[in-house]
Amino acid sequence: MNRTDFATTFLDVCLDVSLALLALAFFLTIIRIIKGPTLPDRVLGLDMLTSVAIGFIAVLGIDTGFTLYVDITIALGLVGFLATVAFARFILARGKTADDGEKKEVRKIDGDPHESGEGAIASRGAER
Amino acid sequence: MIDTVFTILAGALVVAGAGFAAIAALGLLRLPDIYTRMHAASKAGSVGSGMMLLALALVSDSGPETLRAFAAISFVLLTAPLSAHLLAKSAYAVGYKMWPGSVLDEMPKLSVTTGESNTPADPHLASNEDLEPFRQRED
Repeated sequence: MNRTDFATTFLDVCLDVSLALLALAFFLTIIRIIKGPTLPDRVLGLDMLTSVAIGFIAVLGIDTGFTLYVDITIALGLVGFLATVAFARFILARGKTADDGEKKEVRKIDGDPHESGEGAIASRGAER
Repeated sequence: MIDTVFTILAGALVVAGAGFAAIAALGLLRLPDIYTRMHAASKAGSVGSGMMLLALALVSDSGPETLRAFAAISFVLLTAPLSAHLLAKSAYAVGYKMWPGSVLDEMPKLSVTTGESNTPADPHLASNEDLEPFRQRED
């Protein structure tokens, strides 16, 4: 096997591995979008989803040689950026709503039932 | 010869970029609050897609494709920090709490609005700044 054959085989294996990793990334991001628990988390997940899709299009372009979709990559980046900016403005205008269920999540992760998020932050601020 | 080197480099870049994207998604799932999740998503995510686009620029044999890939890289690197910063700023201003285990909150004095919308009830009223004195008087 000469050097060019080795390089081609190596690239093929790398493309397969990276497609599997990208599928894993899509899956984990979608779990985060479904779980929430707050609206900014979901918006962040959608932003991450567009950035993973940009990488996915690049890998497909290398794999099939069909690089027409690179133009779509730029448009996808623009749309994702504008959507995130619009969602950020919407979060600012909407205010924080009660149905976000953020406090439960904070308490569960911390593992200490006596220390809720607000009190802990306030006591830390008083310490300083 | 140089093609061989570029092909091997592109393979390594593709795997590294996909690994960065997978680690960013793992961090998005595992980290405790919105502000720490933002680290994973905006830094590792943009680096991952940038590396994969760089690999595409290395293996493509026509000049315009390479230029387009570089344009996409620069666009991703320009917009990802902007959108992450804007999202974090609005989440903090609205009052989403930090994780209790976080050690430092450098802007604790910001007024927090909880449970009510900031938009004016009557669409014919002017902007929020005009409503502020009325809100103060109600308190």
